Amino acid sequence: MYEDGLMRPGLPDAASVKEEMLKKYPPKVARKRSKQIILNKVQENQDVPEVLANSRTIPGILTMRGCAYAGCKGVVLGPTRDILQIVHGPIGCSFYAWLTRRNQTRPKDLESVNYMPYALSTDMQEDEIIFGGEKKLKKAIEEAIKIFNPKAIGIFSTCPVGLIGDDVHAVAREMEEKFPGVNIFGFSCEGYKGVSQSAGHHIANNKVFTDVVGQLDKPKDGNFRLNILGEYNIGGDAFEIERIVELCGLDLHSTFSGNSEYDEFASAHTADLNVVMCHRSINYLAEMMEQKYGIPWFKVNFVGAEATAKSFRKIAQYFGDAKLIERTEKTIALEMEEVAKVRDDVRKRCQGKLAMLFVGGSRAHHYQELFREIGMETLSAGYEFAHRDDYEGRKVLPSIVIDADTRNIEELTVTPDETRYNPRKSEAELQAMKNDGFEFADYEGMMPDMLNKSLIIDDLNHHEAEILIEKYKPDIFCAGIKEKYVVQKSGIPMKQLHSYDYSGPYAGFKGAINFYKEIDRLVNSRMFKLVKAPWNESPELAATYNWKS
Amino acid sequence: MLLRHTPAEQVEREALTINSAKTCQPVGAMYAALGIHKCMPHSHGSQGCCSYHRSALTRHFKDPAMATTSSFTEGSSVFGGQANLIEGINNIFTIYDPEIVAVHTTCLSEVIGDDLVQIIKKASDDGKIPKGKRVIHTNTPSFKGSHVTGFSNMTASMVSYFSHNSGSKLKQVNIIPGFVEPSDMSEIKRITGELGIKSILFPDTSEVLNAPMDGKFHMYPKGGTKSEDLIKTGDSYYTFALGNTASGAAAKLLDTKCKVPYDILNLPIGVAATDAWIDAMRRAAGVTVPESLQVERGQAVDVMTDMHQYFYGRKVAIAGDPDHLLSLTQFLTDLDMKVTIVVTGTPVGPKWEKEIKALAGDDVKVKSGLGSDLFYFHQMIKQDKPDLIIGNTYTKYIARDEGVPLIRIGFPIYDRVGHQYFPIVGYKGALRVMEKILTALMDKQDETAAEESFELVM
Repeated sequence: MYEDGLMRPGLPDAASVKEEMLKKYPPKVARKRSKQIILNKVQENQDVPEVLANSRTIPGILTMRGCAYAGCKGVVLGPTRDILQIVHGPIGCSFYAWLTRRNQTRPKDLESVNYMPYALSTDMQEDEIIFGGEKKLKKAIEEAIKIFNPKAIGIFSTCPVGLIGDDVHAVAREMEEKFPGVNIFGFSCEGYKGVSQSAGHHIANNKVFTDVVGQLDKPKDGNFRLNILGEYNIGGDAFEIERIVELCGLDLHSTFSGNSEYDEFASAHTADLNVVMCHRSINYLAEMMEQKYGIPWFKVNFVGAEATAKSFRKIAQYFGDAKLIERTEKTIALEMEEVAKVRDDVRKRCQGKLAMLFVGGSRAHHYQELFREIGMETLSAGYEFAHRDDYEGRKVLPSIVIDADTRNIEELTVTPDETRYNPRKSEAELQAMKNDGFEFADYEGMMPDMLNKSLIIDDLNHHEAEILIEKYKPDIFCAGIKEKYVVQKSGIPMKQLHSYDYSGPYAGFKGAINFYKEIDRLVNSRMFKLVKAPWNESPELAATYNWKS
Repeated sequence: MLLRHTPAEQVEREALTINSAKTCQPVGAMYAALGIHKCMPHSHGSQGCCSYHRSALTRHFKDPAMATTSSFTEGSSVFGGQANLIEGINNIFTIYDPEIVAVHTTCLSEVIGDDLVQIIKKASDDGKIPKGKRVIHTNTPSFKGSHVTGFSNMTASMVSYFSHNSGSKLKQVNIIPGFVEPSDMSEIKRITGELGIKSILFPDTSEVLNAPMDGKFHMYPKGGTKSEDLIKTGDSYYTFALGNTASGAAAKLLDTKCKVPYDILNLPIGVAATDAWIDAMRRAAGVTVPESLQVERGQAVDVMTDMHQYFYGRKVAIAGDPDHLLSLTQFLTDLDMKVTIVVTGTPVGPKWEKEIKALAGDDVKVKSGLGSDLFYFHQMIKQDKPDLIIGNTYTKYIARDEGVPLIRIGFPIYDRVGHQYFPIVGYKGALRVMEKILTALMDKQDETAAEESFELVM
């Protein structure tokens, strides 16, 4: 850090970079983008400037964003292995969401159910568009039950479904009556809903809450039972977290939704704590489970060794058991030995290098931890589909203006369950913990963690990315597959933080080690020296042999 | 087992597609539009479509696939997408400065009935299309056809928007390569050049989706068919459409619109199909096939005969796109391999299935269109285990479960590189296909042979 937390000297002035970005835009676009490109300024009370977020994507702009269907089917439900997922619509949506997110799963044995390598679709044709697709959907469900005999079926709506008026919920009810042993539920996650994947997360949370959680009153054994929410096991992250959970002596009830099974979701209300990893995609479920079942939640971060340690300490502290706390500390100490070795070695080569992160609804924040641990600074960051609370902290929730696009996404009214509401901590206990500085239902957002004058850019687009790269020449740029080769063609190493470039895990302690090594590989690669051929470096001719005469 | 729930016995299915052997039209249209120089493909629908298509193309080619979207919201889905498209067009020209914007529709904009001709006219009337620039479109509802027909539709639209018969003939031919790799497009151009024939290849994604690294990102790489060449396709002597499904429509339209006669040939994959194409071009242009191509051909045939014992009688199951499957079936049959299963999700109809049967024999299990998916393909494989599978990346799950060697040909290939740079068309392509097959078969043999029969020499 530099004096007053300002960015290091010699870098271009952030305000002028912002100006440069806006210059090319038509006035209407420039007006909107100027509210989404913000110079960070953290006040003493942790207040930060307001960012326009979760706002419509501008037509014609090369955006990173996807759709509600991607958020619902792809992100939240995709990683679970034994809910049979049928995509109702033309073929493409099912095809593109087929194994592309690298959610790993480990069925208990060879006989256990695993539907993840299957992509099911009604492959809607013109006839169904004209005459309705419900009949085909019902038939598809029957055929699917005959082949797969699943416990549960999720139906995912694609764009045309809503427009032609197919009622997937009515179909689900009807088919459930016909097949009483199968829990069948539909998601109205048409791609045009909301402004990004985020709408789909909310839709997914709602349905999982109303139709799955609470279906099975069967607690797992253990004294320290928790659910991890918003961890999708990309590249095996959840496996590493599970490993640490076990070492610490915690009892993991379920993960939503990496490496998960239906029964774990259905009985998740019996656990005693929810910890939230990806705040954006799953805070709704945490809130609703607290309201209905009395399970407290707090935010954790298993990305970054220090953050992982801090999160496990907090979990141990929540349960308040001395042995658990001791075992957690021992685990951390042991794991940190190896972490420190690699970290200190890698830091020698990465110290002072500059990173940019534009991804997701939490990763752009979480991964800054890992970069910091090896001495790298984040110059600029932003989310693809987050809301203001993910930038500025949950304290701004009351001041978020609900626009038409958000209003279209159902907000459930939740009341305590008549028989199963059971506050895990009494009011007095909670208050005592809060007085000790223990935060519940918390998320302070990304911006208070970032340097002053760093550029916060919501829904970064291609044009702005090009300017960032040109002006700052970062040592590494992190985003998704669509940006991957754009950045690399510019001679800047690129790291995908959605799919991890087919490596990982990066969560937990072992993940941190993987990530340090990976970044070391990228920012210190010799390859980029080969971009220019020798004759391009010095094109002037000096004849050694007089060839032409 | 990855696909542990796939039973060998067939279950009657009418409505459910499992593990599709096709994807939707728009991605093909986007790929085709990237084959026009200085063109920005534009997806008129929800932004998820564009995001998925760009991701699929990027994962396949390992190169940027740039395309914009109308980013529909619930409002535009109800009231129509005109405002979004016009605003989009204005933003695209202002910010990204392409020469051409090539719009394709999606299921969403088709269902709400957006009239693209009218919207583009309005954009033009409103002054949103700068002078000298063009906006073209094609209709690609996802509830019809497949990625291959989407490619075909966009290619045909290039004809309807650009091709012009000026009245004077140019000594050149048009070649429509179909939904093939950029490497294949380069190879088609190289062979045409070897023949000494001037040609316009459209679309042409070579040096767009296998562009070189020079330390700078180029929104519009050097490759792509230039708009002035697209216009001149109307003055060519002849059109060669390679592959009926992906290229036939554009060739026919060129004939109707500009009176350019055409030949629809199989994709030049394998020796016989390459022969047929080269022979047709030689006759049309009145040229002699040069020594260089004779040598290439001779080398391919040489390897065929040298390695015959390893090909002979081996059973092959192939899944992919119809034009590829037709030529591959011919090539594999010429290698004396036995093509036992042929599956495509693209609806091509009984005529195509008959052609496959004519090549591979009546015993071949051939299926196309609705319900023809990789689940069915896998069931057929379980019933009659082949020695080799040819298909896209998704078929690797089947290959692993069944312990059958796989070579990757088709779309998408997410998990290997090479296809972007090394062609499978032409004689050199035939060599490459043979090399891949032999390597796969021999690797399997080396892996599983008893120690006493582990061979040094092939």
